[in-house]
Amino acid sequence: MLLDVKWAVRWLTMCAEAMAENRVWLIELDRPIGDSDHGENMDRGFQAVLEKLAETPPETPGAALKLTAMTLMSKVGGAAGPLYGTAFLRAATAFGDALEVDPAGLATALVAARDGIVARGKAESGDKTMVDAWTPAAEAAQAAAADATGNVLAVLVAAAEAAEAGAVATDPLVARKGRASYLGERSAGHRDPGAASSALILRAAVGAAA
Amino acid sequence: MTVRLVVVSHSEKIADGAVQLAAQMAPDVVMIAAGGTSDGRIGTSLEKVMSALDQAAGGDGVVVLTDLGSAVMTAESAQELAEDPSAVLLADAPLVEGLVAAAVAAQGGADLIAVKRAAEAVYGSGDSGASPVSSVAEGSVTGPGPEFTGDFELINQAGMHARPAAKVAGGLSSMNADVTINGVDGASMTALMTLAAGKGSLLHVEAWGPDAERALNYVGGLVQAGFGEP
Repeated sequence: MLLDVKWAVRWLTMCAEAMAENRVWLIELDRPIGDSDHGENMDRGFQAVLEKLAETPPETPGAALKLTAMTLMSKVGGAAGPLYGTAFLRAATAFGDALEVDPAGLATALVAARDGIVARGKAESGDKTMVDAWTPAAEAAQAAAADATGNVLAVLVAAAEAAEAGAVATDPLVARKGRASYLGERSAGHRDPGAASSALILRAAVGAAA
Repeated sequence: MTVRLVVVSHSEKIADGAVQLAAQMAPDVVMIAAGGTSDGRIGTSLEKVMSALDQAAGGDGVVVLTDLGSAVMTAESAQELAEDPSAVLLADAPLVEGLVAAAVAAQGGADLIAVKRAAEAVYGSGDSGASPVSSVAEGSVTGPGPEFTGDFELINQAGMHARPAAKVAGGLSSMNADVTINGVDGASMTALMTLAAGKGSLLHVEAWGPDAERALNYVGGLVQAGFGEP
């Protein structure tokens, strides 16, 4: 099995569902260490993505991701907009015009997405940001793609599981980037909302391929 | 033609207000505010910033001033996606002070890099009263001395306040000369204001470069005319 545009559209649709379902949870994660708008922003952003996908149905996975990137950057409002926008844009560029994506192409795109987030946000691993979900996810995806038995589903599952573990691991960290860093030590003991929403996005990618 | 400015803030009111403030000192500079989201909330929007960059295109380039966090990232994304990314520079400067300094420099005809530098020079004009540019000039004291120097007494009642500082900095930023006034960068409006030079104060002007003589005469002329003020 390879990933095609139907998968991409299903993925983005499931992202929108996940953001709507977890809107309140993300807001609550963001309240003590941010400006409590992450859930609302992500929900609004992906609802706008759904509208765009309906308006101009994409023909390739890359086109679907590019549309998503531009929409998130325009509609999310908070820092997640340009960060996720850049991630989707870099992944779209990695996919190119391909009609189908194989395990190696998928891993390359996830690494490109992670690199985009790092370039845009200038955060490193351990700063208590979405990088803490994306870096383990990109690395796990690469390892799974390199495995001879690896298929796209295995790569997606590896990425989602690593992102979820990475998000949980932000709980004890002290934030060094973003709004939470203004709180210093008081940011410890809370999950980073961006890492949490990143895990939701990568989990949705599994659901879309299953 | 001049360099144009785009202001990206989380708040529409901050962006509009900053432009309004800077326009008082730089009435001819095109400044476009891109504050808030497209639906009027707090936040930043790529769509809004890209449309501002479009509106500001056609001059001698665009310098973008931003406030915190996502404003910087949205501006960077917009720069990446712009038709000609090299015509768009992001200034790493405090929004309001940086914008005023950039606007004054642009009004004076400074080029793209000089406008960005004028905004960023604001950072260095803290307690020491010296901008990074002037510390470079201090470092070069071992080299050849200034080509032209002069001392002028401030005769206007209010001394070196905002408007005179804007006139001096604006004019100097368009000249091909490095000028220090009492040790600070003469092309930096905020640095000049930190001199807190009142009526009767003496301004010691040193100038280097091809336009050094013209720059000295320019400053001297303004000061001796009391900047056209009582």
